Amino acid sequence: MSVDVTTVLAGTSFPNPVFTASGCAAAGQELHQFFDVAGLGGVVTKSIMLNARSGRATPRMAETPSGMLNSIGLQGPGIEHFLDHDLPWLAERGARAVVSIAGGSVEDYALLASQLRGRPGVAMVEVNISCPNVEDRGQVFACDAKASSGVVNAVRKNTDAGIPVFAKLSPDVTDIVGIARSCVDAGADGLSMINTLLGMVIDTTTMRPALAGITGGLSGPAIRPVAVRCVWQVHQALPEVPILGMGGIRTGLDALEFLLAGASAVSIGTVVFGDPTAPVRILDELTRALEERGIERLRDVVGLAHRPPRTVVPEEPDPVGDDLPAAVVLDEPARAEVPS
Amino acid sequence: MPLQVSGEVLSIKRVGAYQSLTVIAPGIPELTRPGHFLAVQVGGPESSMLLRRAFAIYAVKDRGVYGGTVEFVFAVHGKGTAWLSARRPQDKLDVVGPLGKPFRLPKAAVNVALVGGGYGSAPLLPLATALRERGCRVDVVLGAGSADRLFGRLEAKRIGSSIVVTTDDGSTGQRGRVSDVLPAVLEKNATDVVYACGPMAMLKAVAEQCAERGIPCQVAVEESMACGIGVCMTCVLPVVGSDGLTRMVRSCVEGPVFLGDRVRWDEVGTVPADAVGAPGGPR
Ligand SMILES: Cc1cc2nc3c(=O)[nH]c(=O)nc-3n(C[C@H](O)[C@H](O)[C@H](O)COP(=O)(O)OP(=O)(O)OC[C@H]3O[C@@H](n4cnc5c(N)ncnc54)[C@H](O)[C@@H]3O)c2cc1C
Ligand SMILES: Cc1cc2nc3c(=O)[nH]c(=O)nc-3n(C[C@H](O)[C@H](O)[C@H](O)COP(=O)(O)O)c2cc1C
Ligand code: FES
Repeated sequence: MSVDVTTVLAGTSFPNPVFTASGCAAAGQELHQFFDVAGLGGVVTKSIMLNARSGRATPRMAETPSGMLNSIGLQGPGIEHFLDHDLPWLAERGARAVVSIAGGSVEDYALLASQLRGRPGVAMVEVNISCPNVEDRGQVFACDAKASSGVVNAVRKNTDAGIPVFAKLSPDVTDIVGIARSCVDAGADGLSMINTLLGMVIDTTTMRPALAGITGGLSGPAIRPVAVRCVWQVHQALPEVPILGMGGIRTGLDALEFLLAGASAVSIGTVVFGDPTAPVRILDELTRALEERGIERLRDVVGLAHRPPRTVVPEEPDPVGDDLPAAVVLDEPARAEVPS
Repeated sequence: MPLQVSGEVLSIKRVGAYQSLTVIAPGIPELTRPGHFLAVQVGGPESSMLLRRAFAIYAVKDRGVYGGTVEFVFAVHGKGTAWLSARRPQDKLDVVGPLGKPFRLPKAAVNVALVGGGYGSAPLLPLATALRERGCRVDVVLGAGSADRLFGRLEAKRIGSSIVVTTDDGSTGQRGRVSDVLPAVLEKNATDVVYACGPMAMLKAVAEQCAERGIPCQVAVEESMACGIGVCMTCVLPVVGSDGLTRMVRSCVEGPVFLGDRVRWDEVGTVPADAVGAPGGPR
C-alpha cells in the first residue's frame, strides 16, 4: 500500500507534511549539502527583518536535558539580501519557501510582506510575532491579542491573495486559544505553533547566567508535550484552521502525534542540529507509521485524536473494581484495541 | 561538502591526559584537509544530549582494510566527552565531516611556525606534514598546562625542523607560555607565516605578536557550537572583512580558521558597536 502524504494548508498543496523550522535551517543551502531541500514539504526560512542585524552577544546557547536554550537575537542580513540571493536559490531548486518575517513595529511587518509580493518561490508567509514591539515598551506582540492582530492584519493586507499567511504563536501566554482566535479574526489563514519557551540556565562554576542574553528560548524534545497540548487546544477550538505544528519533533511517531493533535504539517527544528538528515528520516518514519496503521491518506489522521473515546474492555476483570467508570462512552463494540 | 556517516569505533586509546579515538567513516578522509573538524553525536540514539560535539580532525586514512578512518584527540570536559571516552571498538558513532574552512597553505616554500596549545596541536601535525611536502621549513612551539597535556611532541619533533616546549607548571620544557618563547622562534628562523590552534587567550597573544612583526598568521578558533553546519548562528565572533567592516561571522562555516589580524580579539563574546547590523551600527 502506498500512503498519500500530500497535505493542504489553507488551499495550498504540499507534497508532504515535513517542513524545516524557522531559525533552524537558515535558508536551506546548508542542509542541501545533506539532502535535496526541494523534497521537503517546505523550507521555513530564518526570520527575515528589514535591515541587517548582528544579533546578541555570545554565549548564545546552552544545552539542556533533551533541549537547548538559544538567544540568537534574530541575526541576519536583511530582506534585500534575502530577495537577491536566498529566495532565488530556493526557487531555482524548486523548493517551496515559507518566508518567516519579523519586525519591531506593524509597519515593519507590512513593508516586509509587501516586498515579498509577486516573488517566485514564496509558497507561504509565516509571521514571527514573538518579537518586542518597539512602539510598546518592548512588549512581545505574541503575548497580546490586540498587538498580534495588528501585525497579522497588516501582513495579510500586504500579501498576494493566493499566498497563505500563518501566524506563529508563542506558548508563553495564559490563553493560547484567545491569541489564536484574534490572529484568525485578523486574517491569518493558519497558525504555526509553537515558538520557544522562555528559559534560563545558571552556570554553577561561574555562578552567572550561562547565556550572554541571560534568558533564552527553550526548544527540543523537552518542550514537545507543551507543544502537543497547544496544538490540541487550538485545534479543538478552531477545527477549520490549519496548523503547522512543531516543538521537539525527533521521530516519525513524534510527527504523527502532532498530526493526531490537529496539525496538518510539521516543522523540524532543534533536532536538525544533531541530525542534519532528520527531516528526510522523519518523513520516511511517518510514512511507514501510517502504512502500519492502515491509513491511506495522511489527511485522514489530522485531528484524529479528538474523536470521542472508545472503551477498551480488558480481557481480565478489572482487579480493582468490577464496574466500568460511568463516564466512559461506548460508541461501538470494542474490538481492535483489545490486546490478543 | 560534508557527509553524515553512521560509523563505528575502530580504536580508542589514552594519550597522556587525552583520549585518541579512531572512527571508521568512509568518504570523509578523501575530503579532509588540515584544519577541518568533525561533529560527533554523543549519548546514543535516545540521548538527552541533542547537540553534536566538535573536534579537530587529527589523522585520516583513506585506504586500508577499514576503508577510511578519521582520528581525533579529546579531553574529557563534560557529559558528552565523558560518554565518548567510554566508547569501545565496534561501538556505533555517527559523525559529520569534514566541516569548516581548513588552513590555507602557502604556495612557496617559506618558513613556517606552528603554535599549538594543549590538544590544539592535533590539527597542526597533519598541517606540518603538508607543509614539509611543499618544502617549507617548519618550526614547532607546543605549550600546555602540564606535561600530560602536551599532544604530539614526538611526532612534531620528527616532522619539524625545531621544537620548543613550554608548560605552565614547568613539568617539562620551559616553564611559562608559548607567547614567552614565540618571539625568539620567529626571529631565529626568519618565520614568514604562523599557524596556531589552542585556547582563545593563546590565539589572541599569538595573533598580537605576529601583527607586531607583520607576520601573517592563521588561527583555528574554538567557539561553542550547536549545529556545526551553519544553520543556527550560535558560533559567531566579530571578524573584520576584506571591506573593512566587522561582521558577526559563523566560526563553523567561515572558520574555524581565520586570519589572526581579522579577529576582534578584545571584543570576542560581544557585538562591537560598529559591527554590521549592531544597534546604531552600519547596515
Ligand atoms: C572547531 C572546534 C574544534 C574542537 N576541537 C577539539 C579537539 O580537538 N579536542 C577537544 O578535546 N576539544 C575540542 N573542541 C572542544 C569540544 O567541542 C568541547 O570540549 C566539547 O564539545 C565539550 O562537550 P561536553 O559534552 O564534554 O561538555 P559540556 O560542557 O557538557 O557541553 C555542553 C554543550 O556545550 C558545547 N561546548 C562546551 N564546551 C565547548 C567548547 N570548548 N567548544 C565548543 N563547544 C563546546 C558542547 O558542544 C555542548 O553542546 C573543539 C571545539 C570546536 C568548536
Ligand atoms: C537556534 C534557534 C533559532 C530560532 N530562530 C527562530 C526564528 O528566527 N524565528 C522563529 O519564528 N522561530 C525561531 N526558532 C524557533 C523554532 O522555529 C521552533 O519554533 C522551536 O525551536 C520549537 O521547535 P523545535 O523544538 O523543533 O526546535 C528558533 C529556534 C532555535 C533553536
Ligand atoms: S554552530 Fe550553528 S551556525 Fe555555527
